[in-house]
Amino acid sequence: MNTKLIANIAKALLIARWKQSLVAAIGVTFSITMFVTLLSFMSGLNEMLDNLILNRSPHIKLFNEIKASKTQAIDLYEPYKQAHHFIRSIKPGAVRLELYNVRSIINTLEKDPAVLGLAPKISTQVFYNVGSIDLTGVINGIDVEAENKLFKFNDYVTSGNYIDLKNIPNSIILGKAAADKMLAKVGDVIQVSSPNGERTPLKVVGLFQSGLVDIDKVQSYASLSTAQKLLGKPNTYITDINIKLKDINQAPALAKTYGSLFNVDAEDIQTTNSQFETGSSVRSTISYAVGITLLIVAGFGIYNILNMMIYEKMDSIAILKASGFSGADVKYVFVGIALSIGIFGGLAGLLFGFLMSAGIDQIPFNTASLPTIKTYPINYNPKFYLIGGVFSIVTTYLAGLFPARKASKIDPVIIIRGK
Amino acid sequence: MGKYILSAQGISKSFHDPVTIPILKDINFGITKGEFVSIIGKSGCGKSTLLYILSTMDTDFSGQLLIDDQSMIGLKEAELAKVRNEKIGFVFQFHYLLNEFDVLRNVMLPGLKLGKYSEQELESRAIEKLKILGIDNEALKKPNQLSGGQKQRVAIARAMINDPLIIMGDEPTGNLDKKNSVIVFDIFKELAHSYKQTLLIVTHDHEFASSTDRIIEMEDGKIIGDKVQLNP
Repeated sequence: MNTKLIANIAKALLIARWKQSLVAAIGVTFSITMFVTLLSFMSGLNEMLDNLILNRSPHIKLFNEIKASKTQAIDLYEPYKQAHHFIRSIKPGAVRLELYNVRSIINTLEKDPAVLGLAPKISTQVFYNVGSIDLTGVINGIDVEAENKLFKFNDYVTSGNYIDLKNIPNSIILGKAAADKMLAKVGDVIQVSSPNGERTPLKVVGLFQSGLVDIDKVQSYASLSTAQKLLGKPNTYITDINIKLKDINQAPALAKTYGSLFNVDAEDIQTTNSQFETGSSVRSTISYAVGITLLIVAGFGIYNILNMMIYEKMDSIAILKASGFSGADVKYVFVGIALSIGIFGGLAGLLFGFLMSAGIDQIPFNTASLPTIKTYPINYNPKFYLIGGVFSIVTTYLAGLFPARKASKIDPVIIIRGK
Repeated sequence: MGKYILSAQGISKSFHDPVTIPILKDINFGITKGEFVSIIGKSGCGKSTLLYILSTMDTDFSGQLLIDDQSMIGLKEAELAKVRNEKIGFVFQFHYLLNEFDVLRNVMLPGLKLGKYSEQELESRAIEKLKILGIDNEALKKPNQLSGGQKQRVAIARAMINDPLIIMGDEPTGNLDKKNSVIVFDIFKELAHSYKQTLLIVTHDHEFASSTDRIIEMEDGKIIGDKVQLNP
């Protein structure tokens, strides 16, 4: 009963000052709109930039690194076991780049519930022979289907069909920049020399564009068997295993486990790409800061308008208190006004924020380095709408609370006797 | 149980800024049910201050104040508001109607706050009160469409809505012309005599005071006269 009465009074005051109230609500609407749009857009961009690297990077990569042996000969010599050894000019030893026991590693990993999938890979240096010129390059021998499933290989193949890589023997998908350099087109045959000097003709079945020109200049893809043939290795020859996990956050821990379990080097994505995470978090912090600043400014607007309203409505407050409304009742009236402005303004802001993001989503955005992106990226994460909504209510509540407390403390005697 | 519905016992008040000035000195009196009392005195004699203390709105005083045999000393702000809502009706010099609501709603507001009656019941009660005051035709108008006298009558109806123990008035005719003053005054008289409504009116108008049941005269913060008129 009392709540209804207070709501009624708040509504009446709100409607009596509808222009001011509308201005205040528009302030909230504007700030929430910008907040939602800014965060959606910024996080869409973040996601796109991160995916540029992260989508294509394994969560854990198993390989053999070329490095010096941990135990040198002198370490094994019994009399000097306790001593500290100074050894200079240590060089890395000849390490076999291939992983041992690939079959059993793959079997074990496939059974691991934490693993989403894995893609074996062969990475090797080559020369692309163009007439009398040799261009350096890297060929990745891949399991075409696994690579597409886990790392969205197809997204980056701009011409030709990625599956031809598997179906056509001795085929290659060239980086766009490398192909441009070699003047090669889909359907052409190019000559490739392996590190051991053997020259192999490979048919170009597609071109790919990763978004990073430096990569496109050197990298190209072939099927596992083609790469094995190129190197003259048996079909058990695998240099890397790329693993995708169900939960990316487990990567550092699991990398350690796998590294010691299979006796290989294991690198997790957090270590190799830490800079991206830092960049994203800084960018989103800035967006949140800007958005929240907008909201606080809107909050000051509400504060001002309520303050004015209270000065205008001194008489009404005085008579309400004289006729039996307590200070708390008066406070609820003004908090109610502030909250209604916040809720209506906030809801409109969320709607306009959505519409504005949807609008930006339609703006064409074509860039040569990002073949899969056609329009500006937008992240429609409900989290932003939730934060925007909660924040609009919290700021307007606080903005209303201070004037409302002032109103509740008004002494009716002073107002009435002052007349 | 005392015989008074409102009783002031040794009420004193001083202003302390910048020097201590006594405003009220040891005020003692009581009002019985159905009395029509006026407090008169010159400007600055403390009569309004006394009224606001009696109305519970001013709590900065020493002494004892009993309303309906309940002490008002030490009650919290919300409790005092409840007492005002239930037991006291106010009519001020200025009408203090809310322009956002129509006349009917203005009259109903204290009743809605009390929550004793349903909204429909309250509406018919409000109309009844307006009828007594002869302005039931204006019930759906906004206060700013009424004349000064009509507004003051609406304010009286508002004071009556909760059937208060006592209606207090602070110069209720102070802002009105002669004709309207007479109308308002006649209303007070009718309330007192036909409806046995207790009234306590502060005024400086001797003519007004002379036709009430009892006149309390104040000077320099003290009661200097308290006479009951048998045939006002």
